[in-house]
Amino acid sequence: MATKTKLNKEHINKIELDQLDRKERYTLFGLTVPYLALVFGLIIIPIGWLFYMSFIGRDETLSLENYERIWNSKAYFRIFKTTFQISILTTLICVLLGYPLTYFMSQLSNRWANICLIGVLIPFWTSLLVRTYAWLVLLQKKGLINSLAIDWGLWSEPIKFVHNTSGTLIGMVHIMLPFLILPLYANMRTIDKDCLKAAANLGATPTRAFWTVFFPLSLPGLFAGLLIVFVLC
Amino acid sequence: MVLAGFTRPDYGSVKFGTEEVVLKPPHLRDIGMVFQNYALFPHMNVEQNVGYPQKLRGVSKKDIKDTVNEALKTVKLDGLGHRGVAELSGGQRQRVALARAIVFQPKILLMDEPLSALDKKLREEMQIELRQLHDSLNMTTVYVTHDQKEALTMSDRIAVINGGGLMQLGTPNEIYQNPNNAFIADFIGESSLLSVKVSKKNVYLGNVKILVDHSVKKDGDFLLVVRPEKLFLTNGKTDNCNTFTGTIVESIYQGESQLIMIKLDPNTHGDQILRMRIPNGTSSMEELPSVGASVTVGLKKSDSFLVE
Repeated sequence: MATKTKLNKEHINKIELDQLDRKERYTLFGLTVPYLALVFGLIIIPIGWLFYMSFIGRDETLSLENYERIWNSKAYFRIFKTTFQISILTTLICVLLGYPLTYFMSQLSNRWANICLIGVLIPFWTSLLVRTYAWLVLLQKKGLINSLAIDWGLWSEPIKFVHNTSGTLIGMVHIMLPFLILPLYANMRTIDKDCLKAAANLGATPTRAFWTVFFPLSLPGLFAGLLIVFVLC
Repeated sequence: MVLAGFTRPDYGSVKFGTEEVVLKPPHLRDIGMVFQNYALFPHMNVEQNVGYPQKLRGVSKKDIKDTVNEALKTVKLDGLGHRGVAELSGGQRQRVALARAIVFQPKILLMDEPLSALDKKLREEMQIELRQLHDSLNMTTVYVTHDQKEALTMSDRIAVINGGGLMQLGTPNEIYQNPNNAFIADFIGESSLLSVKVSKKNVYLGNVKILVDHSVKKDGDFLLVVRPEKLFLTNGKTDNCNTFTGTIVESIYQGESQLIMIKLDPNTHGDQILRMRIPNGTSSMEELPSVGASVTVGLKKSDSFLVE
């Protein structure tokens, strides 16, 4: 009898409290329903359909004919290769340009850092097409850069910048740079400045402190940025 | 921060012994610092954190291991070397930060409010432990704190700094017993400051003459410093003592002591409040008059002193 009362006391309101917990979970899940429906209707179903189609041959029966064609045609391989080359190069250049800049921004006072951040974000306000055409105007054979450089005697023959790898790289880097800087900047701001002070106090030269403390701590942000840039390429 | 070299002073000199270091960059100063928020490296485990300064100094792997273990033992963290920093409690992080600061045996140990993030109980334990550690390590330690009680507990010498200026430098006893000025009297320990007038070397509180421990050279307005625990209940004038009469306006039980607020007689002592503290367990506790009653308290001449 005594144990029974004790048990009852321990479980007082248990069912009602569990119900409240469950209700909260369902409400949270309910919030994702519109998005899930949209994704399912607009992405999963069409892509699934496309995937199914890829197994249908010309004679409308199931076959691996399409995949054979990819394997046997050199054109597809070249496209893949160029894509990867451009992606890797773009990512590399983005890191080389973006990391020092972001490091600089992360060391500024809040006010100046925000001004720099706006500078980084401004290209987002212009349409992609406009930016690409702007580069065409600047870089073409009789464009601004070539004619100025020839006027100043930097080089005598116009250099071919556009419609080749270098032009693509210039454009890609310009468009992708913010995607590297933003996650990296968010990460660098969270690095405790006292950690760098501690490193200096313990005997690390500024360079040593950077490579042993700051750089390893900025890696998560760098990887996030790298991934976004590489995937978008 | 100036000592460690992170803040450059506008001018002036910082000397370790006879060596001028004000122009030295932080990494050449060879002082161990414990930061307020510990500043442990989150991407390293305990062992790597503590071994970091040794690694920078090019110490061999085996020696690093030995010194790290030694340091961890000193701060009572042996066996936790492989833990990540995130897996440690506040007190443990504190100890890791300390181990990291002492592992390379710096000339000076700097502690910037190291205990302020800990809860009161742990803080008091750590205070005693840090004292013992200081004695066994024999390292000059500069300890920054806003907690005046902590300052009294931890130090051989205290420098009270207010608004960038040095107010007083002395042993805890000197600072507590003979504060230089009203700021220190008020800041270090509990005290009531009663405004008094000095004319012709006599000290008056309202119109009552007050005996003080040291002679006063000039006339004018001064403050009489009364430590609450130095007051005692009395029923008449005693030799070499000052007496104050007033009514009890508040009486608060605070565990180890009873805090009593006495409003001094406005006719004779001026309109001022005196705080008095009676330790729990003494006989006066039972004899204590209740709130509203009038009371006379005494203060020895040797415990009465003035500040400007």
